[in-house]
Amino acid sequence: MTIAADAGTVRARPVQTWLAIWAAALAIVLAMFLARSVVPWTVNYPAWAVVPVDDWISWLMNWLKVNLSWLTRSITAVFGVPLDFALDLLAKNFKIGTGADAFTLPRLSWVGIVAAAFLAGRAFGGMRLALLSGGLFLYIALFGKWTSAMLTLGLIAIAVPFCIATGLFVGIWAWKRPWVEKYLVLPALDLMQTIPTFAYLIPMLLLFGNSPVSAMIATAIFATPPMVRATMLGLARVPTEISEFGEMAGCTPRQKLWRVLLPSARPTLMVGVNQVIMLALNMVIIASMIGAGGLGYDVLLALRALKVGEAMEAGLAIVALAIALDRLSQAAARRQSEYHGELTDGQSFWVRHPNLTLAAILLIGTTLASLAISFFADVPKAITFTTAPAWRIALNWITVNFFDVIEAFRVFLILYVLNPVRAFCEGFPWLGAVFLLGLAGWQFGGARLALLVAALTAFCAMVGLWEKTMATVYLTGISVVVACLIGIPLGLAASRSDRFEKIITPFIDTLQVLPSFCFIIPVVMLFRVGDVTAMIATVAFAVVPAIRYTNHGIRQVPPALIEAAVVSGCTRRQTFWKVQLPLALPEIMLGINQTILMALAMIIICAMIGTRDLGQEVFIALSKADAGRGIVAGLAIAFIGIIADRLFNAWSARARARLG
Amino acid sequence: MNVKFLGMGAAALIAASFCTPSAYAQAPESSDPIKIALFDWTSVNLNAKIMGGVLEKLGYTVEYPTADYLSSLTTGLTNGDLTLAMEYWQTTAGEAMVASDATGQTENLGPLGPQAKEEWWYPAYMKEKCPGLPNWEALKDPKCAEAFSTPETAPNGRYLGGPVTWEGFDDERVVSLGLPFTVIHAGTDAAMFAELDSAYQRQAPIMLWIYSPHWAPAKYKGEWVEFPPYTKECYEDPAWGSNTSAAYDCGKPTGEIYKYAWKGMKDKWPIAYKVAKNYKIDTDVLNALSGQVDLDGKSPEDVAAGWIAENEATWKAWAE
Repeated sequence: MTIAADAGTVRARPVQTWLAIWAAALAIVLAMFLARSVVPWTVNYPAWAVVPVDDWISWLMNWLKVNLSWLTRSITAVFGVPLDFALDLLAKNFKIGTGADAFTLPRLSWVGIVAAAFLAGRAFGGMRLALLSGGLFLYIALFGKWTSAMLTLGLIAIAVPFCIATGLFVGIWAWKRPWVEKYLVLPALDLMQTIPTFAYLIPMLLLFGNSPVSAMIATAIFATPPMVRATMLGLARVPTEISEFGEMAGCTPRQKLWRVLLPSARPTLMVGVNQVIMLALNMVIIASMIGAGGLGYDVLLALRALKVGEAMEAGLAIVALAIALDRLSQAAARRQSEYHGELTDGQSFWVRHPNLTLAAILLIGTTLASLAISFFADVPKAITFTTAPAWRIALNWITVNFFDVIEAFRVFLILYVLNPVRAFCEGFPWLGAVFLLGLAGWQFGGARLALLVAALTAFCAMVGLWEKTMATVYLTGISVVVACLIGIPLGLAASRSDRFEKIITPFIDTLQVLPSFCFIIPVVMLFRVGDVTAMIATVAFAVVPAIRYTNHGIRQVPPALIEAAVVSGCTRRQTFWKVQLPLALPEIMLGINQTILMALAMIIICAMIGTRDLGQEVFIALSKADAGRGIVAGLAIAFIGIIADRLFNAWSARARARLG
Repeated sequence: MNVKFLGMGAAALIAASFCTPSAYAQAPESSDPIKIALFDWTSVNLNAKIMGGVLEKLGYTVEYPTADYLSSLTTGLTNGDLTLAMEYWQTTAGEAMVASDATGQTENLGPLGPQAKEEWWYPAYMKEKCPGLPNWEALKDPKCAEAFSTPETAPNGRYLGGPVTWEGFDDERVVSLGLPFTVIHAGTDAAMFAELDSAYQRQAPIMLWIYSPHWAPAKYKGEWVEFPPYTKECYEDPAWGSNTSAAYDCGKPTGEIYKYAWKGMKDKWPIAYKVAKNYKIDTDVLNALSGQVDLDGKSPEDVAAGWIAENEATWKAWAE
């Protein structure tokens, strides 16, 4: 309690004093651990004191279901209209009437859509983009994934504009009113991005039903936050000169926002749009569990039957869709900003929009043709092909020939690294953790941060999930360390060689968009069920931001500074260590921060291969349809992420301040 | 922009609409779609497609939403988001079915036909290393257990159990039967079969939970361990069986596979309800059909359509 008395002088404290405080704190925690037979409640949270938050949430959900389902169901019905239209148009065919009297209107022909994708590419970015986007759609068709891919595309086509519009409006609202941003929007965004999707699938099912609309809303919850953040950031970063110019030119506040500020923020907004598309495609597998179908369902089904190759193909079709949509949207945004305000009047529609006109004609033509010629209606089986056997043969070959080496590596890891760390984490006194984390918060960010961190840690213990929380921390922690050890050097290498960057970029893009489920099963075949598999799958997923941000951080160091260093006689090595690395440090820190959050997200999915942590708790809740239990476990996961994020940010802010 | 020209395309299509009458039909009581749940394994989806195909022949509109196995019992089926689901295994969904019955909003439509069997299973090549198998007493032999071990479980054998949500009681079984085995829970059955496939290729030791009807016992040669047969008392009464102070000293129960419907189905679509209630399929037939999908690579739709074409008399009788 002497610590509290000194609160005022925290920042001025010299390093030695902090060392002494930490030594004392660790001694106290060690004493707690040694005295666990006398006062066991400091180590294991007592069962009688568990706060039944899960029961409260379940009760609330039940109340909502009974009293508000008229509202949620009407929401389902309203969103269902455009969504069903999109799904029918792209994938399912329209059916009007029932039984014997039914009319069937065909969906858009696949030939037409491939051609339209090609023309859209040509319109936005020239021949290269045309070949890329047309080629990717053709690839999906030839691999026999057309109908599934169009189901997924239909969902995305409705969900993404919805997320972008919502994100934009919430972002503007938060930007206008700082208190909304601070107390409402930011905490909500943190929770939306850190609570695993699995945790809220049950409430979605109860409120919105087992339908594509639930899937769409779950997707929106997960995919909207980057748009909100991008909007707030973009608006805040518009130079004051521009905004003042808007005022001088006599804009009303509304005109200033829509005509001046938002267009100036376009590059940042486009980053948001790109992230929305990527995250929405990330969600397709989980969405297929609550009624979406499509490529995500193909992946699940193939994995259940152990068809590794088929699952990989469906996964790569998702990647193809993601790349096509991403490149097209980027190019469209670039083109629009270039052509700003350039309108040519007096010409006929088709002269102004030759590609659009041609695409429309082709779509209508091929779709009408599909009434008579089946080639246009469905991708003929004769021209599709599959690489599934090749994937399978490759995997089998590795399994048979390398298993012994892999097994030795796995056994070493589990016996000498994973198990000891796990035992240490699970035996860690909860009270000690609350105390130490609080202390860290206090050192890095003051009393407020200390209180937040301590309260969130205590929550995990008080809901009775301490052991599982620590199991999650252990696996996430190890995975993050490994991911950083691999990712940061790769990022550094990429930043120093353009060729290496070119080689590595497609790999990290694929790793990020390829559904994690696709590589979980092959990894199980090589590494058995257990923590090593979970760790490897997590590292593969979480290594991406570590590489990307490190590379970006080093590359954005101003060339003038490097020249200055070279002029003043630094060797290449000195320039790197003394100039580039320190200047890139904030960016690298951000990369590590993102790595932590990604690892946490992946660890939850790893419950599918038998980890015993909060992820398992979420899955148990999912299979028992227990809304409260799932959300409480989800919150515990979110709190781990938030604690790590806040401490890390406070620490790196201080480190930056020290570096100047 | 996209939306605009897609819209134009649709308008053109409506203008060119045409009609496809279905072959023969008995007027359905309601034209609302009957929603039959798809889960993520083959046999249930085959049953769903057969059921749906039959209903379509009778003139109903059918949709196939994808759903989650256990939670659908207390979510989708209780409010009519799902009308019908074809397989709930007594062996894994016992608790969930009790919870579903308690809501009073679902109806158990009776058994599907095949008996579910779930038990410890090993590949045939393991019999050399542990000759006493399939009798469970052989597993008590430390040498035998060691043959099934991995470095982190040694000297105990390693048994790969199902996900913790399945009601397997293997941790209890190992203790009460005094087996020198460590139970490792796989998170999903996909992970479980991935390990089996990997071990089988290398002829490596493995002991795991396998269930039937499933493609695995057809694809891999092996046997189930023979435990003392399950009785109700064994699970409830510690005094029963070889260990008089602990329950679960016997094998896993075999069980029915049940069909479930939303309560409102009976009044909304009486004939479809009758078909669903009468729907039955043989174990052998189901295994053969599943094999056509999982091993021969046919699509469930084609296999289901084939069955419907060949068994017209059977399904017509269901609707009588």
